[in-house]
Amino acid sequence: MTPLRHYETPLLKTPFHPRTEAANRLWSWGNWGGYTTALSFDDLAMEHAAIRNTATVYDLCPMVKYRVEGPEAAEYLNRLTIRNAAKLSVGGVQYTAWVNDAGHLLDDGTLFRLTENRYRLCCQERHLPWLLDSAHGFDVAIAEETEEVAALALQGPTSAEVLRLAGFDIDGLKPFRLAEFAFGAGRLMISRTGFTGDLGYELWTTPDQALALWDRLFEAGRLHGLRPIGSEALNIARLEAGFIITRYDFTPADICVREDRLRSPVEMGMCWLIDWDKGHFTGKAALSRQRDLGAEWSFVGLEIDGNIPAEGAILYHDRKAEVGVVTGACWSPVLKKNIALAQIRTRHATGANIWAEIYALRELHYEKLMMRARVVDRPFFTPARRRATPPGRF
Amino acid sequence: MPSFDTIIIGAGPNGLAAAHRLATRGAKVLVLEAAETPGGGAGLSHLSYNLDPRVEKAMNLSAHGLEWQATNLATTALSPDGNHLRLEGPVGARLSGDLSDADRLAWEALRARLLRFAAVLAPLNQMPPPRIAKGAGNPMLRLGMIGLRARMLGAADFRELGRILLTNVHDLLDDELSDPRLKGALAFDATLGGWLGPQTPNSVLPWLVRLSGQMAGLQGALGLPKGGMAALGTAMARAAEAQGVTLRCAARVARIIVEGERVHGVALVGGEELRAPRVVSSVAPKTTLLGLIGPRHLDAGLTTRARHQKARGGAAKLRLTLRGLPDFQGANPQDRLLIAASEHAVEAAFNPVKYGRTPDAPVMEILLPTAHEPALGGKHWLSAIVQFAPYAPPDPDAARAEMLAACRRQLEAHAPGIGALAESAEILMPYDIEDRFGLPGGQWHAGELSVEQMLFLRPLPGIAQYKGPVQGLWLASAGCHPGGGVSGSAGWNAALAMEADG
Repeated sequence: MTPLRHYETPLLKTPFHPRTEAANRLWSWGNWGGYTTALSFDDLAMEHAAIRNTATVYDLCPMVKYRVEGPEAAEYLNRLTIRNAAKLSVGGVQYTAWVNDAGHLLDDGTLFRLTENRYRLCCQERHLPWLLDSAHGFDVAIAEETEEVAALALQGPTSAEVLRLAGFDIDGLKPFRLAEFAFGAGRLMISRTGFTGDLGYELWTTPDQALALWDRLFEAGRLHGLRPIGSEALNIARLEAGFIITRYDFTPADICVREDRLRSPVEMGMCWLIDWDKGHFTGKAALSRQRDLGAEWSFVGLEIDGNIPAEGAILYHDRKAEVGVVTGACWSPVLKKNIALAQIRTRHATGANIWAEIYALRELHYEKLMMRARVVDRPFFTPARRRATPPGRF
Repeated sequence: MPSFDTIIIGAGPNGLAAAHRLATRGAKVLVLEAAETPGGGAGLSHLSYNLDPRVEKAMNLSAHGLEWQATNLATTALSPDGNHLRLEGPVGARLSGDLSDADRLAWEALRARLLRFAAVLAPLNQMPPPRIAKGAGNPMLRLGMIGLRARMLGAADFRELGRILLTNVHDLLDDELSDPRLKGALAFDATLGGWLGPQTPNSVLPWLVRLSGQMAGLQGALGLPKGGMAALGTAMARAAEAQGVTLRCAARVARIIVEGERVHGVALVGGEELRAPRVVSSVAPKTTLLGLIGPRHLDAGLTTRARHQKARGGAAKLRLTLRGLPDFQGANPQDRLLIAASEHAVEAAFNPVKYGRTPDAPVMEILLPTAHEPALGGKHWLSAIVQFAPYAPPDPDAARAEMLAACRRQLEAHAPGIGALAESAEILMPYDIEDRFGLPGGQWHAGELSVEQMLFLRPLPGIAQYKGPVQGLWLASAGCHPGGGVSGSAGWNAALAMEADG
């Protein structure tokens, strides 16, 4: 019998931990899905600057990964998710989401089509019971493979050059495509995907190759400003890119207690993902009803006056009526603007006369600021280098 | 080939009741039946106890060949030593046999109370179940009347109804009665067709549902049609056909055609496709959703709930062909005969079944149809509904053989010499009933009639008002409210719901 000693290690370590531990000069750690995750390595500003100016490595191992495999994998995913998984060609990646019967969001994530009948679904939350329940009636096998995969995000303008120097020919790799390479005794999959909205890649291998991969990248990136980043720098970059995070920007339906906090893809600005013509999928009837009747909530990007991040700020119309809440905010170092993502009542989603109530903590006293907020298009920041193929040689 | 606007799957009581009602309102209805003859689950049952008066009246069944052999059949609770207890009149209105005065008085009071309670609940059978969802359009006035009538029972009765509603049959009987034959007979009736023993919590409410039925205007009475219950199904089929319904037997539906997220008809085994914009399934909801519609046309949560719907059959059907009429120690062979020595005997017969085994001493309801209507050549036959039988034993064939042997032992103990009279014996285990009648798990109510699967929870939350989860699909099965028996209520209610939907 295996002795139960899990309580001795409430946080697990990822396969890259020997390297992240050595690099973490601030000893700043957080919990991401039960794993020890660096929040910041040495300097938040420098880490974010590297995402936008050189290249960065972020340990993706805690991201939840599922293998979906079988002759009916595409049919299964089409019933599970709101987007059309059958249209995704082999070697492609799509951003997608899935909902419950009532059309309320369970999670969003990225779907990789590895072969005709094999997909990988990556997401923030754990969903195995839902995925297995959804598999009833489909010739498909579902397995969690989070621990079988070691993954790194390599992001930033010089990331392509770092990969070239590391010996991987990625010049032909377009955004949302993936390629396979031999690496050491195993394989390395490189996808042109990421969570920064910049030129960047995600690298996928087995845990036994993890440290070799890390070392190869840092050797190759020595003269290209490669540095490890923590979750704090990534959070700023993802806000600039306008990306949402489950639990931060919406509460997933399976853990949501308050009925009025449930959100649908229509309400989270994800309507563009929904394929209304692909046939039935879970939640479709509820979503089409909501589409026809109009959703009560909308999800928007905001620019807010001043330079105090509006994290958690309540939004008001005409400084009086409460109309929404900021779910994520930062001072954008790239844009030199105060930006935010927010849930807002649909009738105010056009953004006239919206104000954010910000509490600025100044030497132990809060100062309440009522700052004007303007609804703007997302993403806030989307450089041309993100999509250029072949990628530029920075 | 004429075109139809409604296809009904299954020519059982509910399918035929729905077909008749829809046809009277001008619908062009095709009923498809997998078996060679109509009747469905009617042929499985012994007696009529809850035929819906609306159905009986509208279908004018007596004009279509339905005759009653008996409309108020007596029950004899058998004792191996011949000391039987006879329950005469509806639900043992009079008891004859060796019984204490205390038990007679106690039963008189308990019986009257149970029938009062059941009568209060009876109107629920004739309406769609209320829903909890906002704006469900519940018939608040009718619901209010039921609540008012319950309250008007008086404080003592109202309190007692609340006390017993979710309790168990064993405790209820044990509080009032002492005679084991009487308690055994009542415990048997209370659990008939269910997946529960007398000591199972909530076993009283399904019994009250059973007692809410009526026969020829007599609450709780048992009726025996001439030619058996199958004749009731036949009469319903004739009535439906007379109304212009097209009935096609030996037409097993393989799947319901769903295109563009709405129903377009059905495909038969063999490939033939029949198109209609409305499909009404009187097949069990679990089978309809998971088998005929299929998960890929349904939301995942609903599919899971359908998979988890409880449908465990605990009753087997025994048929013996006999050279002569058996003698159950002097019992009237025209009675409904019960072998259920005590409430504990009923519970003991349920215990092994929970673990997939067969009971050593099953309890049973016996009918000797040839005692009413002699068969050609002086042959006799015995039909019994035997409880309890496992619905998924590890070795189905071995379990069937064990069950049959146990039944024959029980019969021999109560009618010595019956074994020598038997020419053939056949027993349908729950899994045989599933194969033959399409009832999932061989469950007689097409889904257990238990508290957690009643009213707005029947068959499943969200689809309790007969409208299916796919456009054009309607559910009209015993698996819907108000449940099983040979009532036609669910089919009739479903037809009313379709009319209300326009």
